[in-house]
Formats: sequence, structure tokens, C-alpha cells
Amino acid sequence: MQPKENAPRLKQNRVGMSDTNLLLLITIVVFFVMYTCAVVFLKSGFLKPQTFFNILNENAALIILSCGMSIVMISGGIDISVGTLTALVCMSCAVHLDHNGGNVVTAACLALAIGLAFGVVQGYLVAYLEIQPFIVTLAGMFFAKGMTTIVNATQFNVANEQFQALKSTRIYVPGMGSVTKKGIYVPAYIEIGVIVALVIVVVLFIVLRRSKLGRGFYAVGGNAQSANMLGINVKRTKFLSHIICSLLAGIGGFVYFMHVGSGSPSHASGAEMNAIASSIIGGTMLTGGVGNIVGTFFGVLSLSTIKNIVSSLGLDEAWWTNITVAAMICIFLLIQSIVLSRKNSKKS
Amino acid sequence: MSEKLKTTNGGVGSFLLRIVRQQIFIPIAALLILVLFNLIMDPSFFKITLSTNSAGNPVFSGYLITILDNASELAILAIGMTLVTASSGGQDISVGSAIAIAGSVLLRVLCGTNSRPEVLQAPIIVAFLACCFVAMLFGGFNGILVAYFRIQPMVATLILYTAGRSIAAWINNNELPIISDPTFGYYGNFIPGIPVPTPIFIALACMIIIALVLKFTNLGLYAQAAGINAHSSRLNGINPEVIKLISYMILGICVGVAGFIKVTRFSTINYSVVAKDIEMDAILAVALGGNALSGGKFNMGASIFGAYVIQFLTTTLYKLNVTSTALPAYKAIVVIVLVVLSAPTVRAKLSVLWKKIAPKKDVKEASADAA
Repeated sequence: MQPKENAPRLKQNRVGMSDTNLLLLITIVVFFVMYTCAVVFLKSGFLKPQTFFNILNENAALIILSCGMSIVMISGGIDISVGTLTALVCMSCAVHLDHNGGNVVTAACLALAIGLAFGVVQGYLVAYLEIQPFIVTLAGMFFAKGMTTIVNATQFNVANEQFQALKSTRIYVPGMGSVTKKGIYVPAYIEIGVIVALVIVVVLFIVLRRSKLGRGFYAVGGNAQSANMLGINVKRTKFLSHIICSLLAGIGGFVYFMHVGSGSPSHASGAEMNAIASSIIGGTMLTGGVGNIVGTFFGVLSLSTIKNIVSSLGLDEAWWTNITVAAMICIFLLIQSIVLSRKNSKKS
Repeated sequence: MSEKLKTTNGGVGSFLLRIVRQQIFIPIAALLILVLFNLIMDPSFFKITLSTNSAGNPVFSGYLITILDNASELAILAIGMTLVTASSGGQDISVGSAIAIAGSVLLRVLCGTNSRPEVLQAPIIVAFLACCFVAMLFGGFNGILVAYFRIQPMVATLILYTAGRSIAAWINNNELPIISDPTFGYYGNFIPGIPVPTPIFIALACMIIIALVLKFTNLGLYAQAAGINAHSSRLNGINPEVIKLISYMILGICVGVAGFIKVTRFSTINYSVVAKDIEMDAILAVALGGNALSGGKFNMGASIFGAYVIQFLTTTLYKLNVTSTALPAYKAIVVIVLVVLSAPTVRAKLSVLWKKIAPKKDVKEASADAA
């Protein structure tokens, strides 16, 4: 997938699409087809804008986690600690607010600090000591999991007034409301977390497209050796990718905390796998060098839309959701594999 | 003592250095530290007593037996995981879910449609073979995705990781069959008259089989060749795709055997909990054995040894009254220390440091001897 060949290939590249854009296009098309099908065949819920906004509300944290995951994956690594890190952040903030009498601002700072600490340690081990990222973040995952129960072993709801006010803040979207059966107009709303998630998506999109660091992620993930020869500091880039990922996990943890309003060791269990799945559906490749934040965003939406469709079909036994999600990942992987191999064979 | 030998006698020093550079050194050193730690904390850790269990059979009991017994599944999985890691340069994260499927198939064959059977519907050996076969098929599914569709192993196995436990529940219509036949429990606990837990024998049998396979076939060599460079192995007449597929199917069989042990331990299954997070431990075993997770050369013995070290660590922590939920945090610290010590860059730095310190010590000791 690296532009190894010379002039003729480059010319073709200008006409054709890059791998990143092609995979992004597939994701967006599939998402819209899926959502349209849902609207046409399952009119009841999906016609209301609020259904769509609820998907956003519920998955704001996952969007943020997936963005971080995508950056690590683009630069050729993996981070499987984000899910349990989210749980740790939730629990720490909950204990801080409820038992230690903290306020919302210090709780947010605490969330960022936890994320940053994990990022620095994991990034240092991966980038400078050259330990495999899977093992390092596996240890991070275990550590966060254990620490969560050491901080507090049981689930509890946060009663802090300031926090409750923040949690229940709703931002109404003008012109998107719906009328209930009784004829009352219910305005559509989103939560604060969604705004945070959208801002992060936009910022990261620009960073990855325009900044030197962002292009560095692609270069390092694509081919670390060539990136080194181009004068990119490979170790520093990898280090930063892990810091950004864990920092985003800290932010995502706080957003998740704002959504659920409680601390529990079982929060966000399996979120790391959902984040990886969303990134893959969004066209990010685990081998590195290929990926797009917008794709990841649509990946999360596709993943949660399919879950919503399955549950609204009345197949609410838990196993169907998992099996459909797995089937969807499978189909996406096969599409990616086939498309990329056909494209490569055409070129060569 | 050893330090003195190293510095005063060059021959012994280089011998020790050679041991330190051995791949299996890290797991052995870790085990020695754990053993030493336990000896200091409580020597009774190593006591093995012969007692009678509830069924009236004489059985050995003690922490060491528990470790050997509980590590059986992990050791069996480590065998397959090592091959998969070597040949495909990635890990299978679906083994826990696949164990749930294998166990579910096993119970389904034994129970038929009734979830509380009075008599078994099929001989246990048939059910065992069926469960291994199904597990092998799922391994083959992963293998095809990895080998022929060129999907990264972790992503390819993510599919089964997500769906596995749901498929397992679906196979048994979400019922939790319980087998009351006492002979079924023999495989996961004790056979009357034999005081050693049966899983130890099963794990031993698997190790002997894989040792023979590696000894008398070229599987190990081919797996390494495919993992180091698939392209050049093809030029040498090896088909890397087939090798990858075979290694995933072998892991599938290992999963089947591990699932069999898991289910026979309790004669029932809980789909969402059985073998939870065992995939992480299995990968850890491979990494602790000093094998590169990016594929290529492997050392099967070191991986299996790594599995026992992990179980030793877990049991030690349990003995120190660490609750099972807080356990991962301590485990993580030990893991990080181990991988940092075994990281090539760290070792290179340490050896430079060692060379700087060593001559000074020599001088000091010489002066001490003179005095």
C-alpha cells in the first residue's frame, strides 16, 4: 500500500482514490444505506430525529475512544486499555465527587490526569523501550481493571448537585423535534458529551489532515523506516500517539461518566473491542498508515445503528446483537480485503 | 555468591551470561523469584498433603497441586497460541469465546434436547471428539480469514470474540445444562484411586503430542519460516497460507481440549463467564516465554513454562488475600516489570551498565582478597 513504485503509479494515483478515501466512502455509503433501510422498513422509531440523536447521546464516549484508537492504529500500534481506563475514570470521578467532596472541574481534571498518566507510561514503554504495544496496553488494561475495584468495589450513583445539573443539561436542536400522540411538541436534544465528541472529531480531522504531527502518524504507521529517513522522529510520534489515545480515553471516560452518572467496575466493559471494531468499520487498518477520523465517526454510528435495528426487530435476546455485530465486522473486513486486493492487482 | 563467581572466574561468568541470554531465562527467573518469595513469606506454601476428598478418595492437596491443576488449560492454549503467533505474527483473541462454544457443543452432544439428563445421550469420547472438531472448524474459520483474506489476526479473531459467547448460548437455547453423571467429572477433577488431578495428565499428554509433532515433522520450521518472511518461504517451496491455516486449526483443537477440561471441572457451563479473559493470559504466556509477538522464531517450552508462571503468580496473589477483582492490578505490575526487563533495548543498556560496573568490582574484590 506504500507508494513504492514510481512515475506511472503516481499518475494513476491522482486519477484513482487513495486507500483511505476508498474505505471511507464504503463506510459512509453503507451507513446511509443501512439507515435509509431502517427508516423505510422500520418506520416507527427511525423516522424521528431524536432516535438519531439518541444514538449520538449514547455513543459520545465511544466516538471519543474510537478516535483515539484510530490514531494509535494509524501509527501502527494498538491500545486495548481504553475500555477499563474508562471504567477507572468513571469510578475515580464518582468517588472524588461523592466521598471526597470535590467539584465538577476538579473531577474533569482528575479524568484528564488519569488519562495522561496512562498515556505517558504506556507511550514511554512502547516507543522508547520498544515493547510490543499489545502487551503494554494489556498490562494497562489489567492495571486499570484492578485499580477500579481497589478504588471502590461496588456500583454507586453520584448525588453531587453540581454534577447532576451538568448531567441533565440538554441542548435542544431547533427544528428537529417531533409531535407525540397527544399532540405535544417534544424538542430534540443532545447532551454535552455529543458536543465534546463532535469538537474532538473535527479537531482531530484537521490535525490528521493538515498538521505535521498528523501526517507523521500516517508516515510512521505506513513504514517506520522510511519515516525515519524522511526525518520524522518515529519514537516521539509513537509516544505522542499513545498519549493522545489515553488522554482521549480520559475525556471519553468523563463523557461516559456524564452520561451514566455512576461509578461501577463493570462500566464500559468491552469498549476497547467496540472501539477497535468501529475503527475497522471506518476503514482504519491495524497494519497502520491507513485510516480516517470521519470514517471512525461513521463506524461508531454504523455499529450502533445495527444494534438499534436488531433490537427494534424484536430479536432482543442478547445473543442476536452480538452475532449481527460480528457478522457486520466480518462483511466489512471481507469487503476491505477484496477491494484492496483487486485494486492492488490492477495496479501491478 | 554468583556475582563473585562471575567476576573472579571468567569461564563461569561467560557461562552465566550465556544462561541469561537464553530465551527461557526470564520465565525461569520469574519463577525462582516467586518461589523464593513464597519460601520467605510462608514455607507451608510448598507442603503437599495426602487427604481424602468428599468422594472418599485419597487425593493430593496443596498449593503446588492447585497450580499445576489450574494451569492445565492455559498451558494447552499456550501450545496453540505459540504456533499461531509464530506463523501469522498475530494473536488469536477469540480463544475464550471459542472455549464457550466448545463447551456448549460438548454439553449439547451429551445432553441432547434435555438439559438435565438422567443418562448421557452419547459416550463422552464422542462428545469430546465433536467438541474438538467444532473448535477446529472455528479455528479454521479464523485461519482462512487470516491466511487467505490477509486480515490481521487480531482483527479477524475479533469477529469470533464478539459472537462466540452468543453462539455458545444459542447452541444450547440459552439453557445451562447440568450433567449429574459422576464419571463425567473424572476428567476435570480426580479419577478414583489416582491422587493427582486428571487435567495435569491431559496437559501432559498434549505437551508430549506437540513435542513429538515438532520433533518428527517440519511444522515448527515451516511456521517460523512463514512468520519471518511469508514471501521468501513461498520461494522456498513452502505454502505459508496452508501453514497459517494449520496452526490456527491446531489452536482450535487446543481450545477444544481446554473447553473439555473447563466444562468437566464443574459439569456445567456459564457462557458469559467461562474462560473469561483467558485469551489475554494465553498471549501473556507466549510473551513471558520470550517469544516475539510479531512472529517468527518461537520456543514452545518457554511458552508452556510461561503459562505455569502466570498461574503460580495468580495463586501466590490469592494466598496473600488479594481479592479476585483487584488481582489484575498486581498482575499488571509484575507483567510490566518482566517485559521491561526482557525488552531488548533495556537488556542492551543493562549489559553496557554491567560492563561499566564489573571491572570496578573486580578491583574492589581483589583488594579485599589482598587485605
